[in-house]
Amino acid sequence: MRAFTKMTALVAPLDRANIDTDAIIPKQFLKSIRRAGFGPYLFDEWRYLDHGEPDMDCTHRPVNKDFVLNKPEYQGAEILLTRENFGCGSSREHAPWALEDFGFRAIIAPGFADIFYNNCFKNGLLPIVLNAQIVDGLFKELIEGYRLTIDLETQKITTPSDKSINFDIDENRKYRLLNGLDDIALSLQHADKIRAYEAERAKRAPWLFVD
Amino acid sequence: MPGKTLYDKLWEDHVVFTEDDGSSLIYIDRHLVHEVTSPQAFEGLRLAGRRPWRQSRNLAVADHNVPTTDRDKGITDPVSRLQVETLDNNCAEFGITEFAMTDARQGIVHVIGPEQGATLPGMTVVCGDSHTSTHGAFGALAFGIGTSEVEHVLATQCLTQKKAKNLLIKVNGQAGAGVTAKDIVLAIIGKIGTAGGNGYTIEFAGTAIRDLSMEGRMTVCNMAIEAGARAGLIAVDEVTIDYCRNRPYAPKGDHQFMAERLWQKLHSDEDAVFDKVVELDASSIKPQVTWGTSPELVVSVDESIPDPALEPDAVKQQGMMRALEYMNLKAGQAITDITLDKVFIGSCTNSRIEDLRAAAAVAKGKKLADNIKLALVVPGSGLVKHQAEAEGLDKIFTAAGFEWREPGCSMCLAMNADRLEEGERCASTSNRNFEGRQGYGGRTHLVSPAMAAAAAIAGHFVDVSSVGEGQQP
Repeated sequence: MRAFTKMTALVAPLDRANIDTDAIIPKQFLKSIRRAGFGPYLFDEWRYLDHGEPDMDCTHRPVNKDFVLNKPEYQGAEILLTRENFGCGSSREHAPWALEDFGFRAIIAPGFADIFYNNCFKNGLLPIVLNAQIVDGLFKELIEGYRLTIDLETQKITTPSDKSINFDIDENRKYRLLNGLDDIALSLQHADKIRAYEAERAKRAPWLFVD
Repeated sequence: MPGKTLYDKLWEDHVVFTEDDGSSLIYIDRHLVHEVTSPQAFEGLRLAGRRPWRQSRNLAVADHNVPTTDRDKGITDPVSRLQVETLDNNCAEFGITEFAMTDARQGIVHVIGPEQGATLPGMTVVCGDSHTSTHGAFGALAFGIGTSEVEHVLATQCLTQKKAKNLLIKVNGQAGAGVTAKDIVLAIIGKIGTAGGNGYTIEFAGTAIRDLSMEGRMTVCNMAIEAGARAGLIAVDEVTIDYCRNRPYAPKGDHQFMAERLWQKLHSDEDAVFDKVVELDASSIKPQVTWGTSPELVVSVDESIPDPALEPDAVKQQGMMRALEYMNLKAGQAITDITLDKVFIGSCTNSRIEDLRAAAAVAKGKKLADNIKLALVVPGSGLVKHQAEAEGLDKIFTAAGFEWREPGCSMCLAMNADRLEEGERCASTSNRNFEGRQGYGGRTHLVSPAMAAAAAIAGHFVDVSSVGEGQQP
């Protein structure tokens, strides 16, 4: 996994609450058995005027010019600013895969759906929760070329007017993201503890250990 | 020291160890696997040269992509076929039990888990699918996970998690005639919103929940995720224990005796403390119909579509206006005036035998309305289908003009050939009314099975709780 340390990048505003993972990446693209290549289909139903299908060449598809990510001023944006309950619905990890493949590295919102939030950390994508008023303030001051600096180590966002905003994150998640660590390898370092748990549990609930 | 909630007990029972920051490695008793969210996880195992930690704790089935007609011809869509074949091959390579598409036990993963006794009280149950919350109906801690976590469970039989907060939702009193588990859970979502349960595990309690069958309880827990909670729970009682007895994967003999004694303790203590409590009165709940593109945009069937102008919150107001535009509806329109094009009875929310019985009871001796182009009945599993056919339900449906299909997720998310065309409006017993969920440009109204069947017959929504009122003595 790619590590996340510090970045300064262009911000794209997606002013809508309750954006679900079906909208982030529609179901037809979930038929892929690969982990990469979802970026061109991110927000497919909003981004294009036609109906997308897997393996379609998106370079010639009719584009919805009104959709924010299609506007020239937001090309190259790596930070997504959005509203409450982003990523609700389906558990599909294809949603963070698509966001990451498109080029996003961080998402700022007043709140995220739990599964989506969790999935982001497995993919080097940093979801930042800020209170709704602060998010509203960012939406209001966002003008063309608006860039934010995000420093994960110090848990601080810096605005163009040098205002600092602190954010919270679990220590464990922060450590893994800063170092780009593989969760499975870390858990397997505790293989002896897992085995000890199994031995003890098998006494209490032997029916779960009839293999 | 205050008592513990059911969630507290289940959590503590599965902690392998806890880190300084409060995140824990928790043990997973049952891992359910399907074709959509597992290919990249198996690929990850292969690349790292890892094997499943405990093969026997995994159970796999293809459900999202499978066709609901002509099973003997296989899957015609090559992309869907490859995904299902990939699951078959991965299960063979890693020694995981799979119910193949031709197996009588094949079905929707959240239907077959309980049906097989692969889901049991006191377990932790995970699956790369958000509707894993369904299994919480058994007093099991069950939640959906992403593909990276699927790989993590395969490799370690554990997951790193942080404990959620406790939310108690008490539904007091008795639900009236025609009001089902689906209506109760939609009313809950209408009250607390789709983000209301974010960060919480919900325990559903109260007389109206206790009065539900196991199937009704599964419907309620299934949609906990639509209220934002990864997991929903219902305490174990005799109804739960009776349901589990004699299921293929359930404990037998001495183990059964031991298990049942332990399961009886799976409830919150009298003096347990919840972070939040929400109460509803079941007697005030009417059959529910969603009108928007989020499950929280829901009203009773006898109401009209709300006016966004009266919504004080600007972000919510904008969401309502967008939903009305997408759904091609107007504020003030009566729900019973909404006419439909298609009807879908199925999904992990409402495809079990009692759901099919409820829909058949409404459809019996009637015919689909002329404006209904297609009404699908898709049983949740091969065994549900078999049971329904033994009871003659299939004949009732087909005589009324419904199509009787093979089991799978089908038009809940339209990954197979069953879908809405652009602009079509559907009464659906599924769980999500998101834009495009049932097909590009499709419009979904979530309802109970009886409400869906009644809408298929009338061609528009009708209140099943008042139908035939005049004939009552």
